Amino acid sequence: MGNKSRLFRAVDVLLIVMMILPIAAAITLKVLTTPPGEGITITGARILLTIPMPVQDLLITESQVNSWLVMISIFALFLFMTHGLKVKADTKRQLAVEWIVQKVEGLVRENMGDYFHGFAPFIAAILALSAFSSLLSLFGLYPPTSDLNVTAGWAILVFLIITYYKCKCGPVYYLKGFLEPVAFLAPINFISEFATPVSMAFRHYGNVLSGTVVSTLIAAALAGLTRIVLGWLPGFLGDIPFLRLGLPAILSIYFDIFSGCLQAFIFAMLSMMFISGAFPMEDYFARQAKKKAKQK
Amino acid sequence: MLELAIGIILGCCALGAGCAMIAGIGPGIGEGNAVAKACEAIGRQPESKGAVTSTMLMGCAVAETTGLYALVIAILLIFVAPNTFVNLLLRVIG
Repeated sequence: MGNKSRLFRAVDVLLIVMMILPIAAAITLKVLTTPPGEGITITGARILLTIPMPVQDLLITESQVNSWLVMISIFALFLFMTHGLKVKADTKRQLAVEWIVQKVEGLVRENMGDYFHGFAPFIAAILALSAFSSLLSLFGLYPPTSDLNVTAGWAILVFLIITYYKCKCGPVYYLKGFLEPVAFLAPINFISEFATPVSMAFRHYGNVLSGTVVSTLIAAALAGLTRIVLGWLPGFLGDIPFLRLGLPAILSIYFDIFSGCLQAFIFAMLSMMFISGAFPMEDYFARQAKKKAKQK
Repeated sequence: MLELAIGIILGCCALGAGCAMIAGIGPGIGEGNAVAKACEAIGRQPESKGAVTSTMLMGCAVAETTGLYALVIAILLIFVAPNTFVNLLLRVIG
């Protein structure tokens, strides 16, 4: 431990502060913007700021702000993990980082093939952003993934990549793909093309949101039950919802931690499968070979 | 009269949300089947537990989609539709 310089330590501390500060800022923002006297309610993302624009006002919502803060936090976390790397790993954090990189590269290679191995950073970014966004609900914050706009944005991004790889053999080849297997099925193929991003967005959003709604409803019900059962207690003791201790925490293990991480994994997995499935690899290479032969 | 109309709107939205969630039956049965088959597979070949489990979770998540569509409809009916319809009614009345 003695070989680390003072500067190294100072950067470490700075990065840790950078990691924690966004979360603290989000909690402060939530406390400041929540109207007083509000009990348990199920609301959408709060609108924090409205910027007037010519066609449609630009709304800065809680989900946007929270996802920016999560991005800053993840950025600081990985700067912290990768700062001071050596050729031979001798710290725990370098071993952890190497493990993450190996796992993601192995996952991408296994599911997408060698041609797509450059996708590992993209998949890891989606995985980390989605998982950390869902885990934000552990702090009582609004998880950005329970807003349809956020997941729809990711799904549209993946859809653009899918379409790009479908167009690799030229636009005519892409349009001909709609006429498979028979020509009159083209409208159905067209709909199923757009069903991919819609179902991806709805799946992630629906899972996270349903977890939030169910745990909120149970917390509200337990508060009501306490008022009935323990309402006879004198003074302020009667106002404390004692029965709310315990059960919501157990539910939160499933709804917040397990479900959030699983949905992140599934989103990444599906985008890998769709992207690698969209690429007509044999036709593309045959076309390249033909082009080369023509040039000679 | 207006109260009655608004009451009908709210009640029908709640009923519709309840009806929409009948769709939860389908994914329930489907995921149950998937998990049952996965358990059988693990029983037959315990060494392939990891691969079977991850494939099963993946399949469960995809099978869940139809249920989630119903959930989205139900949530729209509870939180969004009443406001929209009441505003529409008030605008029609003038």
